Amino acid sequence: MTEKKDLEKQAPKAVQQTRQDERVLRPQVDICEDSSGITLQADMPGVPKDGLDIQVNKDNLSIEGVAAIAMPENMEPLYADISVTRYQRNFSLSSELDATKVDASLKDGVLTLHIPKREELKPRKIEVRAS
Amino acid sequence: MFRMLSPFEGNLFDEFRRLEHDLDQLYGSGPWPNGIRSASRGAFPPINVGSTPDQVDVYLFAAGIDPKSLDVSIQQNLLTVAGERKVSIKEGAEYYRKERFDGTFHRALTLPENVDPDQVDAHYKDGVLHIVIQRREAVKPRQIEIK
Repeated sequence: MTEKKDLEKQAPKAVQQTRQDERVLRPQVDICEDSSGITLQADMPGVPKDGLDIQVNKDNLSIEGVAAIAMPENMEPLYADISVTRYQRNFSLSSELDATKVDASLKDGVLTLHIPKREELKPRKIEVRAS
Repeated sequence: MFRMLSPFEGNLFDEFRRLEHDLDQLYGSGPWPNGIRSASRGAFPPINVGSTPDQVDVYLFAAGIDPKSLDVSIQQNLLTVAGERKVSIKEGAEYYRKERFDGTFHRALTLPENVDPDQVDAHYKDGVLHIVIQRREAVKPRQIEIK
């Protein structure tokens, strides 16, 4: 009996899972670089801290987030600009960036990532000496 | 949690709207009328509206906004939200992408007729402005008891 119940519970979840994987929102980003490294800011409204998943795999940076939005039960949609609750976007990193030292913060739905350059690869100013 | 959000997940109504918008883009405005206050898709911030017998819920997906800069007002059943988002520019940095919205915005929304403009509640959390407007008592569906 319990087994059957479990199956019933799992089936629709699996269906949702695949649908969830197919449709994702691409968060809008600003990316800038200065001498210390690269700063990326992404808009992910609705995503709480624990809904965020940032992964660096070799030279691939993956940003994922699931929005958690409080909704009353039995709510019917009247209008929706946003019909997907999962954000996802990937970036490829270049080798001079130090992916082990990525710093991430989230405030009011804005994710800020700082990816520093490797210490030995930071640009150095070369002094030209007058002879 | 996913189940909670399911009302907005790819419903048929939304698909039709998307189709209408795509046709709009392709052939110019069609013979069908547009809402006079409707904004084109992609306007900032995106809005979702949901309804229950007791209330109407409006969600504005506006990340990184100072809630003090928001101006929410309601007149009869017309809800307007105006505000400004300032994206800080890093001095001395070179920008490769600037996709995030920067500047002032204004969106207006016609709600169902029976909302009560005196009972509005607004919260800003994780970059989402959630406005709850109660429906008027008199028009809520009532169960009639048979004696």
